[in-house]
Amino acid sequence: MRLRFILGEVVNGLRRNGTMALSVVLVTFVSLMFVGAAALTQMQIDQLKDDWYGKVEISIFLCPESSRNEQCAEGPVTVAQEDAIRSVLEDGALKDLVQEVYYESREQAYDKFVANDEDGIWSSLTAEQMQPSFRVKLADPEQYQVVADATEGLPGVDVVRDQREIFSELFRFLNAATVVAAALAAVMLLAAMLLITTTIRLSALSRRRETQIMRMVGSSRSLIQMPFMLEGAVAATGGALLAVAGLFFGVRYMIDDWLRSSVTWVQYIGTQDVWSVAPWLLVIAVGLAAIASLVTLGRYTRA
Amino acid sequence: MIRLDNATKVYKRGARPALDSVSVEIERGDFVFLVGSSGSGKSTFLKLILREERPTGGDVYVAGRHLNKLSAWRVPHLRREIGAVFQDFRLLPNKTVYQNVAFALQVIGKSRHHIQSTVPEMLELVGLSGKEKRFPHELSGGEQQRVAIARAFVNHPPILLCDEPTGNLDPGTSVGIMRLLDRINRTGTTVLMATHDDEIVDQMRKRVIELRGGQLVRDQDRGVYGLERV
Repeated sequence: MRLRFILGEVVNGLRRNGTMALSVVLVTFVSLMFVGAAALTQMQIDQLKDDWYGKVEISIFLCPESSRNEQCAEGPVTVAQEDAIRSVLEDGALKDLVQEVYYESREQAYDKFVANDEDGIWSSLTAEQMQPSFRVKLADPEQYQVVADATEGLPGVDVVRDQREIFSELFRFLNAATVVAAALAAVMLLAAMLLITTTIRLSALSRRRETQIMRMVGSSRSLIQMPFMLEGAVAATGGALLAVAGLFFGVRYMIDDWLRSSVTWVQYIGTQDVWSVAPWLLVIAVGLAAIASLVTLGRYTRA
Repeated sequence: MIRLDNATKVYKRGARPALDSVSVEIERGDFVFLVGSSGSGKSTFLKLILREERPTGGDVYVAGRHLNKLSAWRVPHLRREIGAVFQDFRLLPNKTVYQNVAFALQVIGKSRHHIQSTVPEMLELVGLSGKEKRFPHELSGGEQQRVAIARAFVNHPPILLCDEPTGNLDPGTSVGIMRLLDRINRTGTTVLMATHDDEIVDQMRKRVIELRGGQLVRDQDRGVYGLERV
Protein backbone atom coordinates (compact mmCIF):
# COMPACT_ATOMS: atom_id res chain seq x y z
CA MET A 1 0.00 0.00 0.00
CA ARG A 2 2.65 2.46 1.05
CA LEU A 3 4.91 1.63 -1.87
CA ARG A 4 2.07 2.08 -4.31
CA PHE A 5 1.13 5.31 -2.63
CA ILE A 6 4.68 6.65 -2.77
CA LEU A 7 5.15 5.68 -6.41
CA GLY A 8 1.82 7.22 -7.31
CA GLU A 9 2.80 10.47 -5.62
CA VAL A 10 6.17 10.48 -7.39
CA VAL A 11 4.52 10.05 -10.79
CA ASN A 12 1.98 12.75 -9.97
CA GLY A 13 4.64 15.14 -8.80
CA LEU A 14 6.81 14.62 -11.85
CA ARG A 15 3.83 15.14 -14.11
CA ARG A 16 2.72 18.28 -12.30
CA ASN A 17 6.19 19.80 -12.37
CA GLY A 18 7.03 18.42 -15.78
CA THR A 19 9.16 21.26 -17.05
CA MET A 20 11.12 21.55 -13.82
CA ALA A 21 11.73 17.82 -13.79
CA LEU A 22 12.88 17.97 -17.38
CA SER A 23 15.32 20.76 -16.62
CA VAL A 24 16.74 18.73 -13.74
CA VAL A 25 17.16 15.79 -16.09
CA LEU A 26 18.95 17.92 -18.68
CA VAL A 27 21.24 19.75 -16.30
CA THR A 28 22.29 16.54 -14.53
CA PHE A 29 22.71 14.96 -17.94
CA VAL A 30 25.16 17.63 -19.11
CA SER A 31 27.03 17.91 -15.82
CA LEU A 32 27.48 14.17 -15.40
CA MET A 33 28.52 13.98 -19.04
CA PHE A 34 31.42 16.29 -18.15
CA VAL A 35 32.22 14.28 -15.05
CA GLY A 36 32.21 11.11 -17.10
CA ALA A 37 34.32 12.67 -19.85
CA ALA A 38 36.90 13.79 -17.29
CA ALA A 39 37.00 10.31 -15.78
CA LEU A 40 37.32 8.66 -19.17
CA THR A 41 40.12 11.03 -20.17
CA GLN A 42 42.03 10.07 -17.04
CA MET A 43 41.44 6.42 -17.79
CA GLN A 44 42.76 6.97 -21.29
CA ILE A 45 45.87 8.65 -19.88
CA ASP A 46 46.47 5.78 -17.48
CA GLN A 47 46.02 3.32 -20.27
CA LEU A 48 48.47 5.16 -22.51
CA LYS A 49 51.00 5.37 -19.70
CA ASP A 50 50.72 1.67 -18.96
CA ASP A 51 50.96 0.87 -22.60
CA TRP A 52 53.73 3.22 -23.63
CA TYR A 53 55.87 3.45 -20.54
CA GLY A 54 56.13 -0.32 -20.59
CA LYS A 55 57.39 -0.20 -24.13
CA VAL A 56 59.56 2.90 -24.08
CA GLU A 57 63.26 2.56 -23.77
CA ILE A 58 66.11 4.81 -23.05
CA SER A 59 68.20 5.18 -26.15
CA ILE A 60 71.89 5.78 -25.56
CA PHE A 61 73.15 6.99 -28.89
CA LEU A 62 76.84 6.36 -29.41
CA CYS A 63 79.22 8.61 -31.27
CA PRO A 64 78.90 8.36 -35.05
CA GLU A 65 81.45 9.17 -37.74
CA SER A 66 80.83 12.83 -37.53
CA SER A 67 79.10 14.57 -34.69
CA ARG A 68 78.81 18.15 -33.66
CA ASN A 69 78.80 17.00 -30.08
CA GLU A 70 82.02 17.87 -28.25
CA GLN A 71 82.02 14.55 -26.53
CA CYS A 72 82.43 12.82 -29.84
CA ALA A 73 85.38 14.93 -30.97
CA GLU A 74 87.65 11.91 -30.75
CA GLY A 75 85.76 10.14 -33.49
CA PRO A 76 83.30 7.28 -33.58
CA VAL A 77 82.79 5.04 -30.61
CA THR A 78 85.31 2.24 -30.19
CA VAL A 79 84.58 -1.33 -29.25
CA ALA A 80 86.35 -0.86 -25.92
CA GLN A 81 84.13 2.14 -25.13
CA GLU A 82 81.05 0.15 -26.05
CA ASP A 83 82.07 -2.65 -23.70
CA ALA A 84 82.71 -0.12 -20.92
CA ILE A 85 79.23 1.38 -21.36
CA ARG A 86 77.62 -2.03 -21.45
CA SER A 87 79.34 -3.04 -18.23
CA VAL A 88 78.16 0.15 -16.53
CA LEU A 89 74.60 -0.76 -17.51
CA GLU A 90 74.71 -4.44 -16.74
CA ASP A 91 77.11 -4.84 -13.86
CA GLY A 92 77.40 -1.58 -11.97
CA ALA A 93 75.08 0.19 -9.57
CA LEU A 94 72.49 0.38 -12.32
CA LYS A 95 72.11 -3.38 -12.49
CA ASP A 96 68.83 -3.44 -10.55
CA LEU A 97 67.25 -0.64 -12.52
CA VAL A 98 67.97 -2.09 -15.91
CA GLN A 99 65.83 -4.87 -17.20
CA GLU A 100 67.32 -5.45 -20.58
CA VAL A 101 70.08 -3.98 -22.74
CA TYR A 102 69.90 -4.35 -26.47
CA TYR A 103 72.61 -3.20 -28.82
CA GLU A 104 71.60 -1.78 -32.17
CA SER A 105 74.52 -1.65 -34.60
CA ARG A 106 74.92 0.81 -37.46
CA GLU A 107 73.76 -1.82 -39.93
CA GLN A 108 70.68 -2.70 -37.93
CA ALA A 109 69.82 0.96 -37.56
CA TYR A 110 70.29 1.40 -41.28
CA ASP A 111 68.10 -1.59 -42.17
CA LYS A 112 65.36 -0.31 -39.90
CA PHE A 113 65.65 3.11 -41.37
CA VAL A 114 65.46 1.89 -44.94
CA ALA A 115 62.50 -0.31 -44.16
CA ASN A 116 60.57 2.72 -42.89
CA ASP A 117 61.64 4.90 -45.78
CA GLU A 118 59.04 3.77 -48.28
CA ASP A 119 59.46 6.72 -50.61
CA GLY A 120 63.22 6.31 -50.93
CA ILE A 121 63.93 9.90 -50.03
CA TRP A 122 66.89 8.94 -47.83
CA SER A 123 68.29 6.29 -50.14
CA SER A 124 71.59 8.16 -50.45
CA LEU A 125 72.43 7.46 -46.83
CA THR A 126 74.86 4.68 -46.02
CA ALA A 127 75.18 2.45 -43.01
CA GLU A 128 78.34 4.31 -41.98
CA GLN A 129 76.38 7.49 -41.43
CA MET A 130 74.04 5.81 -38.95
CA GLN A 131 74.53 5.88 -35.22
CA PRO A 132 74.87 2.75 -33.15
CA SER A 133 72.94 2.75 -29.88
CA PHE A 134 72.12 0.89 -26.73
CA ARG A 135 68.42 0.44 -26.16
CA VAL A 136 67.83 0.08 -22.46
CA LYS A 137 64.63 -1.21 -21.03
CA LEU A 138 64.15 -0.14 -17.44
CA ALA A 139 62.69 -2.22 -14.67
CA ASP A 140 60.99 0.96 -13.45
CA PRO A 141 60.47 3.57 -16.18
CA GLU A 142 60.25 6.32 -13.54
CA GLN A 143 63.98 5.85 -12.77
CA TYR A 144 64.93 7.30 -16.09
CA GLN A 145 66.95 10.18 -14.70
CA VAL A 146 69.28 7.96 -12.67
CA VAL A 147 70.25 5.92 -15.68
CA ALA A 148 70.60 8.98 -17.88
CA ASP A 149 72.90 10.71 -15.39
CA ALA A 150 75.09 7.64 -15.05
CA THR A 151 75.57 7.11 -18.76
CA GLU A 152 75.62 10.64 -20.09
CA GLY A 153 79.22 11.82 -20.32
CA LEU A 154 80.74 8.36 -20.56
CA PRO A 155 83.34 8.28 -23.31
CA GLY A 156 81.72 7.35 -26.63
CA VAL A 157 78.20 8.43 -25.62
CA ASP A 158 76.67 11.03 -27.86
CA VAL A 159 73.24 11.70 -26.37
CA VAL A 160 70.79 9.90 -24.08
CA ARG A 161 67.14 10.11 -25.02
CA ASP A 162 64.07 9.04 -23.13
CA GLN A 163 61.21 8.27 -25.44
CA ARG A 164 58.79 9.44 -22.79
CA GLU A 165 59.60 13.01 -23.70
CA ILE A 166 57.63 12.49 -26.88
CA PHE A 167 54.45 11.79 -24.91
CA SER A 168 54.74 14.37 -22.19
CA GLU A 169 53.17 17.10 -24.32
CA LEU A 170 50.23 14.89 -25.15
CA PHE A 171 49.73 14.00 -21.51
CA ARG A 172 49.93 17.64 -20.56
CA PHE A 173 47.19 18.41 -23.06
CA LEU A 174 45.00 15.54 -21.86
CA ASN A 175 45.48 16.56 -18.23
CA ALA A 176 44.51 20.12 -19.05
CA ALA A 177 41.42 18.82 -20.84
CA THR A 178 40.56 16.82 -17.73
CA VAL A 179 40.85 19.90 -15.53
CA VAL A 180 38.61 21.91 -17.86
CA ALA A 181 36.02 19.14 -17.97
CA ALA A 182 36.13 18.73 -14.19
CA ALA A 183 35.73 22.47 -13.62
CA LEU A 184 32.76 22.65 -15.96
CA ALA A 185 31.35 19.58 -14.27
CA ALA A 186 31.66 21.22 -10.86
CA VAL A 187 29.78 24.33 -11.97
CA MET A 188 27.11 22.27 -13.69
CA LEU A 189 26.74 19.99 -10.68
CA LEU A 190 26.17 23.01 -8.48
CA ALA A 191 23.54 24.25 -10.92
CA ALA A 192 21.95 20.81 -10.92
CA MET A 193 21.78 20.75 -7.15
CA LEU A 194 20.20 24.19 -6.97
CA LEU A 195 17.68 23.17 -9.59
CA ILE A 196 16.81 20.01 -7.73
CA THR A 197 16.38 22.08 -4.58
CA THR A 198 14.01 24.42 -6.38
CA THR A 199 12.09 21.56 -7.91
CA ILE A 200 11.59 19.87 -4.58
CA ARG A 201 10.54 23.14 -3.03
CA LEU A 202 7.99 23.84 -5.75
CA SER A 203 6.70 20.33 -5.53
CA ALA A 204 6.39 20.55 -1.76
CA LEU A 205 4.59 23.88 -1.99
CA SER A 206 2.17 22.67 -4.63
CA ARG A 207 1.35 19.67 -2.49
CA ARG A 208 1.18 21.49 0.80
CA ARG A 209 -2.44 20.54 1.29
CA GLU A 210 -1.66 16.85 1.00
CA THR A 211 1.33 17.00 3.31
CA GLN A 212 -0.64 19.02 5.81
CA ILE A 213 -3.35 16.38 5.90
CA MET A 214 -0.77 13.62 6.10
CA ARG A 215 0.80 15.25 9.14
CA MET A 216 -2.62 15.73 10.67
CA VAL A 217 -3.68 12.12 10.36
CA GLY A 218 -0.34 10.92 11.66
CA SER A 219 1.58 9.58 8.73
CA SER A 220 5.26 9.24 9.38
CA ARG A 221 7.72 11.90 8.42
CA SER A 222 9.55 9.55 6.10
CA LEU A 223 6.36 8.75 4.20
CA ILE A 224 5.62 12.45 3.82
CA GLN A 225 9.10 13.26 2.56
CA MET A 226 9.82 10.15 0.54
CA PRO A 227 7.86 11.12 -2.59
CA PHE A 228 9.71 14.44 -2.85
CA MET A 229 13.08 12.84 -2.32
CA LEU A 230 12.31 10.19 -4.90
CA GLU A 231 11.10 12.81 -7.33
CA GLY A 232 14.48 14.55 -7.21
CA ALA A 233 16.29 11.23 -7.28
CA VAL A 234 14.29 9.94 -10.25
CA ALA A 235 14.91 13.09 -12.26
CA ALA A 236 18.62 13.08 -11.39
CA THR A 237 18.91 9.39 -12.20
CA GLY A 238 17.25 10.07 -15.54
CA GLY A 239 19.97 12.63 -16.20
CA ALA A 240 22.66 10.14 -15.16
CA LEU A 241 21.28 7.50 -17.50
CA LEU A 242 21.28 9.98 -20.36
CA ALA A 243 24.87 10.90 -19.51
CA VAL A 244 25.88 7.23 -19.56
CA ALA A 245 24.15 6.83 -22.91
CA GLY A 246 25.87 9.97 -24.20
CA LEU A 247 29.30 8.71 -23.11
CA PHE A 248 28.58 5.28 -24.53
CA PHE A 249 27.72 6.59 -27.96
CA GLY A 250 30.49 9.16 -27.77
CA VAL A 251 33.07 6.43 -27.18
CA ARG A 252 31.42 4.22 -29.74
CA TYR A 253 31.40 6.74 -32.57
CA MET A 254 34.44 8.86 -31.70
CA ILE A 255 36.82 6.13 -30.66
CA ASP A 256 35.57 2.78 -31.90
CA ASP A 257 34.38 3.89 -35.29
CA TRP A 258 36.74 6.75 -36.02
CA LEU A 259 39.97 7.07 -34.04
CA ARG A 260 40.62 3.36 -33.78
CA SER A 261 40.77 3.04 -37.54
CA SER A 262 42.48 6.33 -38.35
CA VAL A 263 45.06 6.59 -35.56
CA THR A 264 46.01 3.00 -35.07
CA TRP A 265 49.11 3.14 -32.88
CA VAL A 266 47.20 4.08 -29.73
CA GLN A 267 45.51 1.75 -27.26
CA TYR A 268 42.09 3.28 -26.70
CA ILE A 269 39.59 3.03 -23.92
CA GLY A 270 36.43 1.28 -24.99
CA THR A 271 32.75 1.11 -24.17
CA GLN A 272 33.52 -1.29 -21.33
CA ASP A 273 35.23 1.63 -19.58
CA VAL A 274 32.00 3.62 -19.83
CA TRP A 275 30.31 0.82 -17.88
CA SER A 276 32.88 1.12 -15.14
CA VAL A 277 32.22 4.88 -14.88
CA ALA A 278 28.43 4.52 -15.08
CA PRO A 279 27.78 3.36 -11.48
CA TRP A 280 29.69 6.35 -10.16
CA LEU A 281 27.64 8.74 -12.22
CA LEU A 282 24.49 7.19 -10.78
CA VAL A 283 25.91 7.48 -7.27
CA ILE A 284 26.71 11.15 -7.85
CA ALA A 285 23.21 11.79 -9.22
CA VAL A 286 21.48 10.16 -6.27
CA GLY A 287 23.87 11.84 -3.85
CA LEU A 288 23.08 15.24 -5.35
CA ALA A 289 19.37 14.62 -5.01
CA ALA A 290 19.83 13.43 -1.44
CA ILE A 291 21.78 16.52 -0.42
CA ALA A 292 19.23 18.78 -2.12
CA SER A 293 16.40 16.96 -0.31
CA LEU A 294 18.06 17.27 3.07
CA VAL A 295 18.62 20.98 2.56
CA THR A 296 15.05 21.61 1.44
CA LEU A 297 12.65 19.19 3.02
CA GLY A 298 13.26 19.93 6.66
CA ARG A 299 11.80 23.36 6.08
CA TYR A 300 8.87 22.52 3.82
CA THR A 301 7.44 19.38 5.36
CA ARG A 302 7.79 20.01 9.04
CA ALA A 303 6.57 17.21 11.28
CA MET B 1 -7.58 11.68 28.22
CA ILE B 2 -6.28 15.23 27.95
CA ARG B 3 -4.62 17.02 30.84
CA LEU B 4 -2.91 20.38 30.98
CA ASP B 5 -0.95 21.22 34.13
CA ASN B 6 -0.14 24.93 34.33
CA ALA B 7 0.46 24.85 30.61
CA THR B 8 1.99 28.08 29.37
CA LYS B 9 2.94 29.05 25.85
CA VAL B 10 4.99 32.11 25.04
CA TYR B 11 5.65 32.47 21.32
CA LYS B 12 8.08 35.34 21.49
CA ARG B 13 10.36 36.04 24.39
CA GLY B 14 8.95 38.89 26.42
CA ALA B 15 5.57 38.87 24.70
CA ARG B 16 2.31 38.26 26.53
CA PRO B 17 1.77 34.50 26.85
CA ALA B 18 -0.74 33.04 24.38
CA LEU B 19 -1.66 30.55 27.07
CA ASP B 20 -1.05 31.43 30.70
CA SER B 21 -0.71 28.50 33.14
CA VAL B 22 -3.89 26.74 32.15
CA SER B 23 -4.81 23.61 34.08
CA VAL B 24 -7.63 21.50 32.76
CA GLU B 25 -8.54 17.84 32.66
CA ILE B 26 -10.80 16.27 30.07
CA GLU B 27 -11.95 12.71 30.73
CA ARG B 28 -12.50 9.93 28.23
CA GLY B 29 -15.88 10.32 26.55
CA ASP B 30 -16.32 13.99 27.48
CA PHE B 31 -17.86 16.50 25.10
CA VAL B 32 -16.25 19.87 25.72
CA PHE B 33 -16.73 23.27 24.11
CA LEU B 34 -13.73 25.56 24.07
CA VAL B 35 -14.94 29.13 23.78
CA GLY B 36 -13.39 32.56 23.80
CA SER B 37 -12.87 35.45 21.45
CA SER B 38 -10.17 35.58 18.81
CA GLY B 39 -6.73 35.70 20.37
CA SER B 40 -7.96 34.16 23.61
CA GLY B 41 -5.66 31.15 23.20
CA LYS B 42 -8.04 28.59 21.73
CA SER B 43 -5.81 27.78 18.78
CA THR B 44 -2.74 27.50 20.98
CA PHE B 45 -4.68 25.18 23.29
CA LEU B 46 -5.47 22.88 20.34
CA LYS B 47 -1.93 23.11 18.97
CA LEU B 48 -0.47 21.99 22.28
CA ILE B 49 -2.72 18.94 22.25
CA LEU B 50 -1.77 18.11 18.66
CA ARG B 51 1.87 18.69 19.58
CA GLU B 52 2.17 21.27 16.82
CA GLU B 53 3.66 23.43 19.54
CA ARG B 54 5.45 22.56 22.75
CA PRO B 55 4.53 24.31 25.98
CA THR B 56 7.09 26.78 27.29
CA GLY B 57 5.96 25.95 30.80
CA GLY B 58 3.86 23.30 32.54
CA ASP B 59 2.94 19.86 31.25
CA VAL B 60 0.62 18.45 28.62
CA TYR B 61 -0.66 14.85 28.69
CA VAL B 62 -2.69 13.39 25.83
CA ALA B 63 -3.88 9.79 25.48
CA GLY B 64 -1.43 8.65 28.13
CA ARG B 65 1.55 10.43 26.65
CA HIS B 66 3.56 13.17 28.26
CA LEU B 67 3.90 15.49 25.28
CA ASN B 68 6.74 17.52 26.75
CA LYS B 69 8.90 14.43 26.52
CA LEU B 70 7.50 13.02 23.30
CA SER B 71 10.25 12.69 20.71
CA ALA B 72 9.61 14.01 17.21
CA TRP B 73 9.43 10.60 15.59
CA ARG B 74 6.68 9.49 18.02
CA VAL B 75 4.48 12.46 17.11
CA PRO B 76 2.78 10.68 14.17
CA HIS B 77 1.62 7.98 16.58
CA LEU B 78 0.09 10.63 18.80
CA ARG B 79 -1.72 12.15 15.84
CA ARG B 80 -3.25 8.80 14.95
CA GLU B 81 -5.06 8.98 18.29
CA ILE B 82 -6.49 12.40 17.49
CA GLY B 83 -8.91 13.15 14.69
CA ALA B 84 -8.95 16.78 13.60
CA VAL B 85 -11.69 18.77 11.88
CA PHE B 86 -11.30 22.36 10.71
CA GLN B 87 -13.45 25.27 9.68
CA ASP B 88 -12.12 25.16 6.11
CA PHE B 89 -12.69 21.38 5.71
CA ARG B 90 -9.22 20.84 4.19
CA LEU B 91 -10.31 18.29 1.62
CA LEU B 92 -8.22 17.38 -1.40
CA PRO B 93 -10.02 18.91 -4.37
CA ASN B 94 -8.72 16.42 -6.91
CA LYS B 95 -9.85 13.37 -4.95
CA THR B 96 -13.35 11.99 -4.64
CA VAL B 97 -15.23 11.70 -1.35
CA TYR B 98 -14.17 8.07 -1.06
CA GLN B 99 -10.55 8.85 -1.93
CA ASN B 100 -10.41 11.71 0.54
CA VAL B 101 -11.43 9.45 3.39
CA ALA B 102 -9.29 6.55 2.15
CA PHE B 103 -6.28 8.88 1.95
CA ALA B 104 -6.15 9.15 5.74
CA LEU B 105 -5.85 5.38 6.01
CA GLN B 106 -3.47 4.97 3.09
CA VAL B 107 -0.91 7.33 4.51
CA ILE B 108 -0.75 5.51 7.82
CA GLY B 109 -0.15 2.26 6.01
CA LYS B 110 -3.49 0.47 6.35
CA SER B 111 -4.13 -2.43 4.01
CA ARG B 112 -6.31 -2.07 0.95
CA HIS B 113 -8.66 -4.65 2.38
CA HIS B 114 -9.06 -2.69 5.59
CA ILE B 115 -9.67 0.53 3.65
CA GLN B 116 -12.27 -1.06 1.40
CA SER B 117 -14.27 -2.28 4.36
CA THR B 118 -13.89 0.74 6.64
CA VAL B 119 -14.44 3.72 4.34
CA PRO B 120 -18.00 2.82 3.21
CA GLU B 121 -18.98 2.22 6.84
CA MET B 122 -17.69 5.62 7.79
CA LEU B 123 -19.43 7.34 4.87
CA GLU B 124 -22.65 5.71 5.96
CA LEU B 125 -22.14 6.94 9.53
CA VAL B 126 -21.78 10.55 8.34
CA GLY B 127 -24.71 10.16 5.95
CA LEU B 128 -22.90 10.33 2.63
CA SER B 129 -23.67 6.88 1.23
CA GLY B 130 -24.18 7.14 -2.49
CA LYS B 131 -21.93 10.18 -2.86
CA GLU B 132 -18.62 8.31 -2.81
CA LYS B 133 -17.67 9.35 -6.30
CA ARG B 134 -18.45 13.03 -5.96
CA PHE B 135 -15.67 15.59 -5.82
CA PRO B 136 -15.61 18.16 -3.01
CA HIS B 137 -16.72 20.98 -5.30
CA GLU B 138 -19.85 19.00 -6.12
CA LEU B 139 -20.90 18.95 -2.47
CA SER B 140 -22.53 21.50 -0.18
CA GLY B 141 -20.55 22.96 2.71
CA GLY B 142 -22.25 20.71 5.21
CA GLU B 143 -21.52 17.66 3.10
CA GLN B 144 -17.90 18.68 2.74
CA GLN B 145 -17.60 18.98 6.50
CA ARG B 146 -19.12 15.52 6.84
CA VAL B 147 -16.41 14.18 4.56
CA ALA B 148 -13.83 15.91 6.75
CA ILE B 149 -15.37 14.36 9.86
CA ALA B 150 -15.40 10.95 8.19
CA ARG B 151 -11.74 11.36 7.40
CA ALA B 152 -10.91 12.45 10.94
CA PHE B 153 -12.83 9.58 12.48
CA VAL B 154 -12.17 6.77 10.01
CA ASN B 155 -9.29 5.44 12.10
CA HIS B 156 -11.52 5.54 15.22
CA PRO B 157 -9.28 7.83 17.26
CA PRO B 158 -10.21 8.21 20.94
CA ILE B 159 -10.08 12.00 20.62
CA LEU B 160 -11.74 14.28 18.08
CA LEU B 161 -10.57 17.90 17.93
CA CYS B 162 -12.82 20.30 16.07
CA ASP B 163 -11.68 23.83 15.32
CA GLU B 164 -14.77 25.89 14.46
CA PRO B 165 -16.34 23.05 12.49
CA THR B 166 -19.54 25.03 11.91
CA GLY B 167 -17.82 28.36 11.26
CA ASN B 168 -18.51 28.27 7.52
CA LEU B 169 -21.97 26.72 7.70
CA ASP B 170 -25.47 28.08 8.03
CA PRO B 171 -27.38 27.36 11.26
CA GLY B 172 -29.52 24.59 9.81
CA THR B 173 -26.54 22.72 8.44
CA SER B 174 -24.65 23.31 11.66
CA VAL B 175 -27.30 21.48 13.63
CA GLY B 176 -26.79 18.42 11.44
CA ILE B 177 -23.04 18.54 11.99
CA MET B 178 -23.56 18.86 15.75
CA ARG B 179 -25.85 15.82 15.73
CA LEU B 180 -23.12 13.91 13.96
CA LEU B 181 -20.48 14.99 16.49
CA ASP B 182 -22.85 14.07 19.31
CA ARG B 183 -23.32 10.63 17.77
CA ILE B 184 -19.56 10.18 17.56
CA ASN B 185 -19.23 11.30 21.17
CA ARG B 186 -21.73 8.65 22.21
CA THR B 187 -19.42 5.94 20.86
CA GLY B 188 -17.04 6.90 23.66
CA THR B 189 -14.94 9.36 21.71
CA THR B 190 -13.73 12.44 23.53
CA VAL B 191 -14.79 15.51 21.55
CA LEU B 192 -13.16 18.89 22.07
CA MET B 193 -14.68 21.64 19.97
CA ALA B 194 -13.45 25.21 19.73
CA THR B 195 -16.27 27.47 18.60
CA HIS B 196 -17.76 30.94 18.37
CA ASP B 197 -21.23 29.63 17.76
CA ASP B 198 -23.19 30.63 20.87
CA GLU B 199 -26.47 29.11 19.70
CA ILE B 200 -24.93 25.69 19.39
CA VAL B 201 -23.21 25.90 22.76
CA ASP B 202 -26.39 27.04 24.42
CA GLN B 203 -28.41 24.30 22.78
CA MET B 204 -26.11 21.39 23.49
CA ARG B 205 -25.60 22.14 27.17
CA LYS B 206 -22.24 20.44 27.43
CA ARG B 207 -19.16 21.27 29.44
CA VAL B 208 -17.76 24.68 28.51
CA ILE B 209 -14.17 25.86 28.95
CA GLU B 210 -13.66 29.55 28.38
CA LEU B 211 -10.34 31.23 27.71
CA ARG B 212 -9.73 34.95 27.89
CA GLY B 213 -6.33 36.49 27.22
CA GLY B 214 -4.72 33.08 27.50
CA GLN B 215 -6.20 32.38 30.92
CA LEU B 216 -8.83 29.87 31.90
CA VAL B 217 -11.75 31.94 33.16
CA ARG B 218 -14.49 29.32 33.27
CA ASP B 219 -14.89 25.55 33.35
CA GLN B 220 -18.54 24.73 33.70
CA ASP B 221 -20.58 21.56 33.28
CA ARG B 222 -23.69 21.87 31.13
CA GLY B 223 -22.72 25.46 30.40
CA VAL B 224 -23.74 28.09 27.90
CA TYR B 225 -21.70 30.31 25.62
CA GLY B 226 -21.53 33.54 27.61
CA LEU B 227 -22.34 33.86 31.29
CA GLU B 228 -23.62 37.37 30.83
CA ARG B 229 -26.47 36.04 28.77
CA VAL B 230 -27.74 33.50 31.27
